[in-house]
Amino acid sequence: MAKYSTNEFKAGLKIMMDQDPCAIIENEFIKPGKGQAFSRVRIRNLKTGRVIERTFKSGESVEGADVIDMEMQYLYSDGEFWHFMVPDTFEQYQADSNAVADAVKWLKDQDICTMILWNDAPLTVTPPNFVELAVAETDPGLKGDTSGGGGKPATLETGAVVRVPLFVQIGEMIRVDTRTGEYVSRVKE
Amino acid sequence: MTDNWKPACDVKQMQLRAKMLANIRRFFEQRAVLEVETPLLCSATGTDPQLDFFSSIYHCAPNNKTMYLQTSPEFAMKRLLAAGSGSIFQICKAFRNGELGRFHNPEFSILEWYRVDFTMDQLMDEVVDLITELLGPGPDEVYKVSYVDVFKQATGLNPLDFCQLRYAEYAVNNNIKDAVSLCGDDHSMWLDFIFSYKVQTTLEGYSLAMVYGYPAIQSSLARINTEDSAVADRFEVFIKGIEIGNGFFELSDASEQEKRFDQENQCRQKKGLPVVQKDKHFLQALHAGLPDCSGIALGLDRLLMVMCNAQALDDVIAFPFERA
Repeated sequence: MAKYSTNEFKAGLKIMMDQDPCAIIENEFIKPGKGQAFSRVRIRNLKTGRVIERTFKSGESVEGADVIDMEMQYLYSDGEFWHFMVPDTFEQYQADSNAVADAVKWLKDQDICTMILWNDAPLTVTPPNFVELAVAETDPGLKGDTSGGGGKPATLETGAVVRVPLFVQIGEMIRVDTRTGEYVSRVKE
Repeated sequence: MTDNWKPACDVKQMQLRAKMLANIRRFFEQRAVLEVETPLLCSATGTDPQLDFFSSIYHCAPNNKTMYLQTSPEFAMKRLLAAGSGSIFQICKAFRNGELGRFHNPEFSILEWYRVDFTMDQLMDEVVDLITELLGPGPDEVYKVSYVDVFKQATGLNPLDFCQLRYAEYAVNNNIKDAVSLCGDDHSMWLDFIFSYKVQTTLEGYSLAMVYGYPAIQSSLARINTEDSAVADRFEVFIKGIEIGNGFFELSDASEQEKRFDQENQCRQKKGLPVVQKDKHFLQALHAGLPDCSGIALGLDRLLMVMCNAQALDDVIAFPFERA
């Protein structure tokens, strides 16, 4: 894998740090007029999601990480692995529970997810920002209540639990923002 | 980006720049300081291991000649001083390879001036006059503080008394533990690291701060203080915590200068950097005799940046590096 000099550091660049693939969020070049130059970098560990700050001596180089983002369609789970396919090439990838992590509760067949591949193996799976899922279970609401106020928990077909307005009924499709886990609207078929 | 043909800054910043340059020229004209020009393309460059330069080839095969874009006009201006120019100033471009960031552009504008028979204190006063002229009077008084005091106040560490263990302990307890592995037993690098991360930030509240009396190991081209050989007659100017300029009571001792060149070249060798030819013309000028003088370089793009309250140099340069 290519090496990158600190002079090439910029947001989005993927590098190896402590044996983990990381993405640079921000790079600040620091140099006293007559002194040593440093690069102060904020980095996200792509495995754990943790953000750390590191300083490099300017001109140092670090190993790049073979990391790419790819859009993939979710196919099915066999209980151990979750299977995805690249729509253009039909190439398939299987992600384990570490890679799927919290995304699991939003995964629905056919949906297009973003997969981060590290050395061609699934590292993380990000569901679409918005998913449409059926309500599997919720308390029957009070008749005539159309306001949102308070709401109630609803379990969706994928197992995710979100707060929905009282009028939402079992079997209805709802739209959810996966980044916040919040109900957006009902979906008219 | 298709918009990169356009200037990065507004017309307003260009107008402010033009006005700033006119004000600077008027300021020095009133004080009878002569404006001069020296080459940007030079046959020699500095040995400072912290400054990376651009070089190019002048074609006269088979005896092609390496030329350098100046990292500062210091050597050439000192040749003028040694030749009897009297006090001089210059507004020009300087070039530093590999320096790019919010406060850095590889090509930048410098105001450099030298005052014959000025002490460091007199020059510091003149810097205050100029900055007040350009920015208007600040909300508070100028904060003048010695390097040792400001360093101690911010960190509790004595910058002149290096103890690797104590410095490392400070770094670990203050969220800059990377310094431990990066700086090792390099006292000067420790000072650069801690000053940049922990001391400079304490100057952000001052509209104009001057830090003087840098440790002798960071003397650069400054004279060592006659009363305290642990510090050099070097000062730096900060506006709202941003480093704007660096001044010296100038070193005029030719053999001391040559010794520093040699030390810096040894340091270059250790770091695997190319060894640089010592500037013969400059050393000859020092032998001929540099008058006692103090000099300073101010970064004009940064000065304009603080005048405009801008967040980055790119906001005040028409065509910064990425659009050059």
